Amino acid sequence: MSEAAYLIGLGAAGAAALLGATLPARRRVLGAALLSSAACVCAFLAAGQVLVSGHAWSAHSAEVLPLTGVSLSLDPLSALFVAAAAVVGLAASCYAIGYAAHSAPSRTATAMLPAFLGSLLLVPAASSVATFMVAWELMALTSLLLLLNEHRQRKEARDAAQWYAAMTHVGAAAILLGLLLLATHAGGQTFAAIAAHRGQLSVALRSAVFVLTLVGFASKAGAVPLHVWLPRAHPEAPSPVSALMSGAMVNLGIYGIIRVGEDLLGGGVLWWWLAVVALGVVSAVFGALHAAASADVKRLLAYSTVDNIGLILVGVGAAGALAVSGERLLAALALLAALFHLVNHALFKGCLFLGAGALQHATGTRDLDRLGGLARRMPVTAALFGIGALSISALPGFNGFASEWLLLESLLHGFADHTDATVVALLIGVAALAITGGLTAAAFVKALGVGFLGQPRTAGAASAREVAPSMLVGMALLAASCIALGIAPGVLLPVLERATASGLAVRPPSPLRAGLGLDLAGVSGAIEPALVVAGLLGALVLAWALVRLSARRSALRHARTAEAWGCGRELQTARMEVTATSFAEPLQRVFVDVLRPDHDLEVTHVAESRFFPQAISYQHRIDDGLERVLYRPVIDAVSAWGRLARRVPNGSVHRYLAFGFVALVLILVVLA
Amino acid sequence: MSPAAITAALVTGTATPTGLGPRIAASILQVAAVAVGGPLLVGLMAKIRARAEGRIGAPISQPLRDLRKLVRKERIHAEHASAVLTLAPLVLVASAAVAVAISPLVITAPVLAGGADAFVVVYLLLMGSVALALGGLDPGTAFGGMGSSRAMTIGALAEPALLVSILALSIQAETSNLPGIVTATLAHPGWMANPERLLALVAVVVVVIAETGRIPVDNPSTHLELTMIHEAMVLEHAGPDLGLVTLGEAMRLGLLFGLVANLFFPWGIATNASLPHLALGVGVLGAKAAAIALVIALIEVSTAKLRLFRVPELLSGAFVLAVLAVMTGLVTR
Repeated sequence: MSEAAYLIGLGAAGAAALLGATLPARRRVLGAALLSSAACVCAFLAAGQVLVSGHAWSAHSAEVLPLTGVSLSLDPLSALFVAAAAVVGLAASCYAIGYAAHSAPSRTATAMLPAFLGSLLLVPAASSVATFMVAWELMALTSLLLLLNEHRQRKEARDAAQWYAAMTHVGAAAILLGLLLLATHAGGQTFAAIAAHRGQLSVALRSAVFVLTLVGFASKAGAVPLHVWLPRAHPEAPSPVSALMSGAMVNLGIYGIIRVGEDLLGGGVLWWWLAVVALGVVSAVFGALHAAASADVKRLLAYSTVDNIGLILVGVGAAGALAVSGERLLAALALLAALFHLVNHALFKGCLFLGAGALQHATGTRDLDRLGGLARRMPVTAALFGIGALSISALPGFNGFASEWLLLESLLHGFADHTDATVVALLIGVAALAITGGLTAAAFVKALGVGFLGQPRTAGAASAREVAPSMLVGMALLAASCIALGIAPGVLLPVLERATASGLAVRPPSPLRAGLGLDLAGVSGAIEPALVVAGLLGALVLAWALVRLSARRSALRHARTAEAWGCGRELQTARMEVTATSFAEPLQRVFVDVLRPDHDLEVTHVAESRFFPQAISYQHRIDDGLERVLYRPVIDAVSAWGRLARRVPNGSVHRYLAFGFVALVLILVVLA
Repeated sequence: MSPAAITAALVTGTATPTGLGPRIAASILQVAAVAVGGPLLVGLMAKIRARAEGRIGAPISQPLRDLRKLVRKERIHAEHASAVLTLAPLVLVASAAVAVAISPLVITAPVLAGGADAFVVVYLLLMGSVALALGGLDPGTAFGGMGSSRAMTIGALAEPALLVSILALSIQAETSNLPGIVTATLAHPGWMANPERLLALVAVVVVVIAETGRIPVDNPSTHLELTMIHEAMVLEHAGPDLGLVTLGEAMRLGLLFGLVANLFFPWGIATNASLPHLALGVGVLGAKAAAIALVIALIEVSTAKLRLFRVPELLSGAFVLAVLAVMTGLVTR
């Protein structure tokens, strides 16, 4: 049943891609969107059945892919990732209908969106090295084509696509190398065969495989320092694609680490997981800092993805390390927290990216410094973006709080472990989690407050209007899930437990007790968000009623509207408001050593006297410091090498003949 | 009983000898005590400062009278503001009230004993701060935005220190459940002198000073534009709205003082919801909070306000102390 639904879903995604490529311009968007929505629903049902029943299935077909065949299997861990991708995919497909009315996507873009979606559903279900790599590459290529959608209009899109292509293919090469190494030594290329033979592999070989695949998966997940493509690609991609990339694609990097590290290699050695925690800590802090400093809303969201992926990696690494020391309950708790945060991140980041797309759609810019006052002009978008922003800031009653709390608890109780290295890693993980909390809140107060509240800063923002209903429905689906999981996180518990159990090499005991809230089993700790929300709403109404009752009769009738205080100035203009850049300035100044902003102040004077400035231009930008330090030298070296190599073919036929001759001689020498 | 056993009993509800009804009543008592006591603490600190500076000062009940005056005033809404401006004070008060209701202030296990996690309280406080910051940005004025920006910066730096300090307390109690920590500390009075608790105490006091906007981080009595933080953020709230903001802030101050008192020195807190215990609990809580108010007021009198960009040094110092506290706790356990 689940198998059939899943295959129908994949087929529908393929058909949607085909329709998008062949239908006439007016119908192709709607056709492709409807079919890919159907694909998502089918895949969600298929994954849901596996998650609820716990029965995995696998299928093999020798005909589809020559030589190796295609192997698919859906266990609860895979199913969780399929389900998350399907929910974000459904919202994005729905959103794409309204989005297309404005941006008129090309035939390629319309066809590639369902294909990308299909590949996102396919990767977690792949159960052999060949299938996995084909699906992985399909995902990389379709997303790359989507990223190139607007390359004619904007140079940045081309630039972003180059970075993305380079990073994703270096990553894919590393994964391929690692998995091939594994498959040759394990005597089989299906995951089941590898897992069965892992005991015979030496630790050195397993470590080599883990490191190689970790590099590849971390580059897909966007972990620092392999994150450089993310803040470029997410802003340049069309918004439904950014939502899919950030809500579903980066997750698959995490999936790969769990699948290879725990399932195929059987948990391995402590230092692997400490390395994962280290990656997570660096990503979380770096991402949160840059998100707090960004003024471009999509760049902010991209860096916040780096931050959240960091938190998830801390959880995954902690789970791995605790499992190595035999703390099965605590390992299960940490992995469950990481998976829960991953699901929540998919939901709220998908919602936020779709909201950012609506902003861009309505105002023509994604620069927060040019927005403002949108809450009055597009109230529904503002409310939905607000829900996403409050969720990611981990306020109680929203889903981000539930999973961050679980993550904190898992690290706190992980201190019971007796390996010193693990305890130190957990302590650093907790510190990172604590640092990111406040910074994330600051970043999203900025996005919400500067973008949607206040007065409009430009004509574009002043003339913004609410976006199409289909776009709102897409966002509302994700926002509603955020609230539902925030109030009753316990409903997802059985599902997460099954996914956790199939993700760990050793079968763990159940880490939480069933219920509407979260209640840890074995160790102490619980939260009951539903009661807290009820209390909050009750207190809110009570406070409102008390104020109304104690007010004078005449004051009750209506609130007088008056001008805001401007220090005695008559007129308050939008130029006097804080911008996103000035909002972030104090934080940026505190963390100047990490962010290293570039300032450029130019004053031109009038010709007669240098005491009278004619024009002042001020530029401020924050580049990615790691990109400058780590990547520039590599790029420069490669370019220099390229320039050098260009001198070799100078057009002379004699020289080419000489090359041929020398090469032939060398081959003969080597062969002899 | 071991810490784990105590907290497990709390979570399952077997440790609380009283039923749900009395505990709800105790929670309401806590909210009422903090709603009245918070403004009184603010008045007390102003009085202590005045006396230390050689002035007579306003009566201690002045903040309460101000509140009464404010709620009876006309409601004025800023021109470009949306509903967020009206909603922010309500969210501030509601989040503070819920945090007070579930914290062990008068009684060890008020309503929601099992789910009264320290992180819930911290993030409820964050919810109030976020609401106020959004309210500051809403009218689109220069002051409001500047205040929000500064308040969020200080909040972002204070929160890590607070979270990690709580963690330091949680290690020995083996839970981050607030009633659990308090009950376990009552059962092991020797813990109060542990080095990690003393380190965490210093960190928490710095955080409390920052979160309540006292000198040397912010000056609650200034209206000089360049130095304002909190006052700039709430500049556009008027009348009843301003009253709610003042009340919410006073309740947060009362909550933080009460939490410091009970988490570090839980003597005298009621362990069941009988009337004599509750009365004693309220009295002891008031006395402890007044003592903390005295200490903080004296800090305020004896230090000058820090420049805004020196505040991060103070807060990162608190963070380092908190991390040190966790490390000490892990080494000495």
